[in-house]
Amino acid sequence: MNNPAQFPLSARIFHWGMAALIFSMLLAGLSMVQTLQAWHAPIVAAHKFFGVLALIAVIARLANRFRFKSPALPADLPAAQKLAAMVTQALLYICMFAMPISGFLMVSASGQGINMLGLFTLPPIGEPSLVGYSFFRELHAITAVLLMLLIVMHVTAAVYHGLIRKDNLLRSMLR
Amino acid sequence: MRAPLSKYIALAGVAAAISGVFLYAGGFFGNSQLTAQEFVNLQQGANPHAGFRRAHAKGFCVAGEVRSNGALAEHSVAAVLQSTTTPFIGRFSTGGNNPLAPDLSSPVRSLALSFSESPEQNWRIAMNTPPVMAVATPEAFYAQLSALSPDPATGQRDPSRIQAFFQQHPESQTFRNWSASYQATGSLAAEQYHSINAFYLVNSAGERQAVRWAAVPKTQVASNPFAEQNDALRLELEAQLAQAPVAFDWQFTFAGANDDENNPTQLWPESNEQKIAGQIVITRIEPDSACSEILYDPLILPAGVQATADPILRARSAAYAESYRRRAREVAAQHAQ
Ligand code: HEM
Ligand code: HEM
Repeated sequence: MNNPAQFPLSARIFHWGMAALIFSMLLAGLSMVQTLQAWHAPIVAAHKFFGVLALIAVIARLANRFRFKSPALPADLPAAQKLAAMVTQALLYICMFAMPISGFLMVSASGQGINMLGLFTLPPIGEPSLVGYSFFRELHAITAVLLMLLIVMHVTAAVYHGLIRKDNLLRSMLR
Repeated sequence: MRAPLSKYIALAGVAAAISGVFLYAGGFFGNSQLTAQEFVNLQQGANPHAGFRRAHAKGFCVAGEVRSNGALAEHSVAAVLQSTTTPFIGRFSTGGNNPLAPDLSSPVRSLALSFSESPEQNWRIAMNTPPVMAVATPEAFYAQLSALSPDPATGQRDPSRIQAFFQQHPESQTFRNWSASYQATGSLAAEQYHSINAFYLVNSAGERQAVRWAAVPKTQVASNPFAEQNDALRLELEAQLAQAPVAFDWQFTFAGANDDENNPTQLWPESNEQKIAGQIVITRIEPDSACSEILYDPLILPAGVQATADPILRARSAAYAESYRRRAREVAAQHAQ
């Protein structure tokens, strides 16, 4: 059975590109909802635009994911850690979809479209609704918290493999 | 093959660093700058009214149309400003956080308009009776609202605090002069409503012109026939609308070379160029549901209108969104019961 030693280039580009994108989206989201400074409007506009890009990217990423065989987890990893790794990964994917979808639907429920850098406007889906807005607004916030927890776990686990276990796992995504 | 303790410490450091960045961005270690949440907390007061706007809570929805004459079309590509008629859902309100306050008790009256013909052309406008702000930044406005709010112990405003505030803010002079000369009318239809903040009109050549606008009344009503009643202004408008639609001129004032479009505390000279874009016509009162889900965020602008860098204008969006989030959550909770 062949077990590739690393992720293909396409997967590594998706991984690191989206890591940077999502990290920036989280920080932008958290700070923009608090700020009263003049940069609020441009950052919100950028957040929406890049959020839509993130949705397109995660769809492409998932499609790409089925095109190759991932490197297996180290054979000597305890079963509980293997399970934790799989659950974290599945939840990360769920959050990567739930974040932009809830964002889009929240904006839709407030009756607005999404202006894509002034080039064109994505129309809202559905009728304006306060109840709908609240559902997706709170979902956006709760998913963000879950996503941040997962990212902390994910990064810590990756560094644990690279630094302490010194197995091939971290390297498989680095090079 | 046990790793040394230092590596575990490094690992913990990585986890702490990422968590720290998220917590910092989320404001868990406090904020050096005033936040939208703090602003809305102050506006809503100690006993928020669940499901209502945190500011301008008392009000009602109306429907009408703008009949544009096209006079502004050379300055802006906005669809509403072309020679055409565009329907809107509007809202009349009075200042304050109490949705049951007597209409005539508030010093501020307001008119908000929402055009939503197409997602590109969404335009939300929120106007007040004063032509200027007392102060030019959200921080100073926060201090102003704090100074004006009643002392929690006595329930009374503290005149010495108010006086001290205005003394520290000489830029409020224009506002205070206006306040001293302003005489509230007996009707929402007889007030003049101002954008206060300036915006840019942008034409098809990409040229920008800074403007302020106002809804200028076409009727005079000195006293309110329902003055004894809580909803005096609404009742009076209902009576007028039963006779005929209520109209305003939509007047645009152009910034001159010496006017600072980013400073909402200063009046522009009367000699500035003015143009009437057409008429804002209110035809009927609508049920509350017609505008409760509308967020009259003045930064929701169509192609052809842009925000200036006025710090007050820029501060409004985040605060309106926070108020909207809170009332939406409360309405959803009421709905679920
Ligand atoms: C990977 C995708 C995304 C991430 C990680 C993300 C993250 C966030 C976070 C962390 C917040 C702050 C939540 C809070 O503190 O309550 C936020 C707010 C917001 N997000 Fe996103 N977001 C994403 C996609 C989107 C998309 C696609 C849209 C819309 C097209 C969107 C629209 C918004 C808006 C409008 C707010 C502010 C809501 C308010 O003002 O109350 N987001 N986002
Ligand atoms: C930093 C300055 C300001 C802050 C923080 C602020 C905050 C708010 C908030 C939180 C709401 C409730 C929004 C909602 O839940 O839908 C509101 C409503 C409103 N504001 Fe402001 N405001 C500011 C300046 C102004 C100015 C300068 C004007 C007038 C030109 C204005 C006019 C209005 C009007 C008319 C409404 C009611 C809109 C409606 O009927 O829904 N505000 N404001």
